[in-house]
Amino acid sequence: MDDPTIENRRRRRFLQEAGGLTLAFCLPARAAPPATGQTASVAVPFAPNAFLRIATDDSVTVIAKHLEMGQGSYTGLATILAEELDADWQTVRVEGAPADATRYNNLFWGPSQGTGGSTAMANSWDQLRQAGATGRAMLVSAAARRWQVPVTEIAVRDGVVSHAATKRQARFGELAADAAREAVPAEVVLKPMGEFRLIGRHVPRKDSADKTSGRAIFTQDIRLPGMLVAVVAHAPLFGATVRHFDATAARRVQGVVDVVPIPSGIAVLARDTWSAKKGRDALRVEWDESRAFRLDSADILARYREMAKSPGVVAQRTGDPEQAFAGADRIILASYDLPYLAHAAMEPMNCVIRLGEEGCEVWNGEQLNTGDQARLAEMFGLPVERVKIHMLYAGGSFGRRANTESDYLVEAAHIVKAIGGRAPVKLVWMREDDMRAGYYRPLFHHSLAAAIDAEGRLIGWRHRLVGQSILAGSSFAALTRQDGIDPLSVEGAANLPYAIANRLVELHTPKDIGVPVLWWRSVGSSHTAYATEVFLDVLARALGKDPLAWRLELLAEHPRHRGVLQLAAEKADWARPLPAATSGSRRGRGLAVHESFQSYVAQVAEVTVAADGSVKVDRVVCAVDCGMAINPDNIRSQVEGAVGFALSAVLHGEITLRAGAVVEGNFDTYPMLRIGEMPRVEVYIVPSAAKPTGIGEPGVPPLAPAVANAIGAATGRFPERLPLRRADLRA
Amino acid sequence: MLEFTVNNRAVALDVEPEMPLLWVLRDHLDLPGTKYSCGIAVCGACTVLLDGEAVRACALPVSRVAGRQVVTIEGLAQDGLHRVQRAWIEHQVPQCGYCQTGMIMSAVALLAKNPRPSDAEIDATMSNLCRCGTYARVRKAIHALATPPAGG
Repeated sequence: MDDPTIENRRRRRFLQEAGGLTLAFCLPARAAPPATGQTASVAVPFAPNAFLRIATDDSVTVIAKHLEMGQGSYTGLATILAEELDADWQTVRVEGAPADATRYNNLFWGPSQGTGGSTAMANSWDQLRQAGATGRAMLVSAAARRWQVPVTEIAVRDGVVSHAATKRQARFGELAADAAREAVPAEVVLKPMGEFRLIGRHVPRKDSADKTSGRAIFTQDIRLPGMLVAVVAHAPLFGATVRHFDATAARRVQGVVDVVPIPSGIAVLARDTWSAKKGRDALRVEWDESRAFRLDSADILARYREMAKSPGVVAQRTGDPEQAFAGADRIILASYDLPYLAHAAMEPMNCVIRLGEEGCEVWNGEQLNTGDQARLAEMFGLPVERVKIHMLYAGGSFGRRANTESDYLVEAAHIVKAIGGRAPVKLVWMREDDMRAGYYRPLFHHSLAAAIDAEGRLIGWRHRLVGQSILAGSSFAALTRQDGIDPLSVEGAANLPYAIANRLVELHTPKDIGVPVLWWRSVGSSHTAYATEVFLDVLARALGKDPLAWRLELLAEHPRHRGVLQLAAEKADWARPLPAATSGSRRGRGLAVHESFQSYVAQVAEVTVAADGSVKVDRVVCAVDCGMAINPDNIRSQVEGAVGFALSAVLHGEITLRAGAVVEGNFDTYPMLRIGEMPRVEVYIVPSAAKPTGIGEPGVPPLAPAVANAIGAATGRFPERLPLRRADLRA
Repeated sequence: MLEFTVNNRAVALDVEPEMPLLWVLRDHLDLPGTKYSCGIAVCGACTVLLDGEAVRACALPVSRVAGRQVVTIEGLAQDGLHRVQRAWIEHQVPQCGYCQTGMIMSAVALLAKNPRPSDAEIDATMSNLCRCGTYARVRKAIHALATPPAGG
């Protein structure tokens, strides 16, 4: 093991293979990275539980059951355990756990291992504190026995166990073998918060060094001896299948080894990626489109608008909304259209599968570990324990790799089966394959109405949502409510925190739209926060109320919402007017607050709208309450990133369908935020002693409505569709 | 036989001349630090230095680098880490990390030409895409690397 911190790193070097290439001057093995003494031969005598190993060289290995896809989970998980262990942070390394529904399950998900819903820290908090404290207690017992002193006189700090009175001390590695012989304590004492030395401090991420040196290993970087790379010709329409194909030209491409039909298309296998892609592009495929989905996204939206005219299934009802609307002095209406969105992780979907006599091995940025494992086991006719999954870093996911149908893994497994498992296969999706494969954030239409009484008070709120269910028809369908409502469709809308006496939230779930949809960073809140928070500002403006003061009034029962709102507003100088714009353009400031995954985020956005209708977001001030801040710098980093991710959708994000075909294929047609569009972002954290909650997603939902509300303040027009269009905002 | 230099090592390859440099580096020279993401020279994840200039390897036929010097993330520093890499760690820039090797190569090229880039110059030059939204920290790290004005 040449890696001092993280298991996922490159640790093999492949010599050149045959395949039309010779290397006249052999490159030397890459210089070994700076090591901290960890080598493959170091003994690891102490492994008191599933999450911790201590080796004789003092290295402390934390086994991470959650995927590191950018959100800092590896570092956070290691921090929790190392805190209670009193480890030396420099010697802590992180290793991805094998798939195991018993030892490594997500405690919020039952017997299932996976990463999502911003649960990594929250579900691991108690578990890893216990794991660390248990290890510490056993090291202390071992030292007490060796030195013949009471355990109560022993101190532990930075990986050193010591006894002050006799001036004896021992490093973890020296005690590891003895500690392993100690009984596992039935109960351990956890540290009081005031004694934390890692939690709440600036602890640098464990993956930063490898991710800057280029040594971090992603699935895309895996090369196994004899491995073939597969690139697949996919159907141009959802629901189309292969009628006929001609692989003559593809097989003539140098490097191409095989061409095999699979249920999702035709796979070309080659010795390298470029040859596989060239072969794929040389295929001639005739598609059977008779059962394909053929609508335009504009048609879908038109249908949704029509559906919104009639009542849907009631997702939530409070008071007597019919009465409120019947007795209203006036009714204010608005609707919001939010498009399909691609996750567009920088690392396109991919995986490596090797079938051997002992079973199957998988290399993947693995987000639904045991679900994917079970599906692959079924496909290969293997018991689950013989499907070994190597969880590698994911080059972004945002929900995409938590695929309810294990889509790309299933595709790779079909390819492996089609070639009889005779070689390991790396499935590589080109960017266009990734973007056109579906599993988008569903397109949603929101129709809202507010009842206002004669005194100008908001007395009724009606919110109708129309959009596809993520759960319906998927392997997660059991999570659908009894009444047929997908809770993911209405989260953020059905639990609106505002004190409005009469409320009705209804949902239409179209069932005949053949576009696969999936959770996209912040899931339902990615669209419900927009509809609810923008509409509230529309009402505030109509009723002459200050958006901050009014929210605080309506949130009297919700102190954590109020806390982040007040903090963000104070830091953004909400009370003071925004400096005026230069000639021709208009400036505005807007805010939004939203709770998702039990974390609370408020954002204040400042925007400049040019005469031509283009929008520049100048500054975003964020306040976050995610319980105890395990790693404040990472929390800031996640919220900064969430602002960028969400703003990308506001300014650019849209997947459109034309006669069923996905128009966008790459970053030229699906542009993403660039550095010049990134606003100045400030993040403030509400001090809290509450158990930590998530931070990977909660920064996303408030951004779009805060920007829209700022545009509303600047122009009087609140965008009713995203992404923003200049034509909507021209002076 | 195509000859060029990668990270100060001479290489000679018998490879299709139209194969993009990216795939030659990744699949044939065992240098996977340079990443694939778009394949159309839009996102910059594949950025390398070609005779000191930042170029996008995914759309550059390898024949075009014949006789020239290529530097990848693996060859950026002779020993340890380049100062740009150290600044990336100092400012905790990477999240998923996939785009960052290309981002770093772009920053190295920018700073070599312009030791004290303004925000506008950073915006104009650093066109790499980062889906995690690390841009604020990229900017901070670049400013932190700026050499102080002469005599200042």
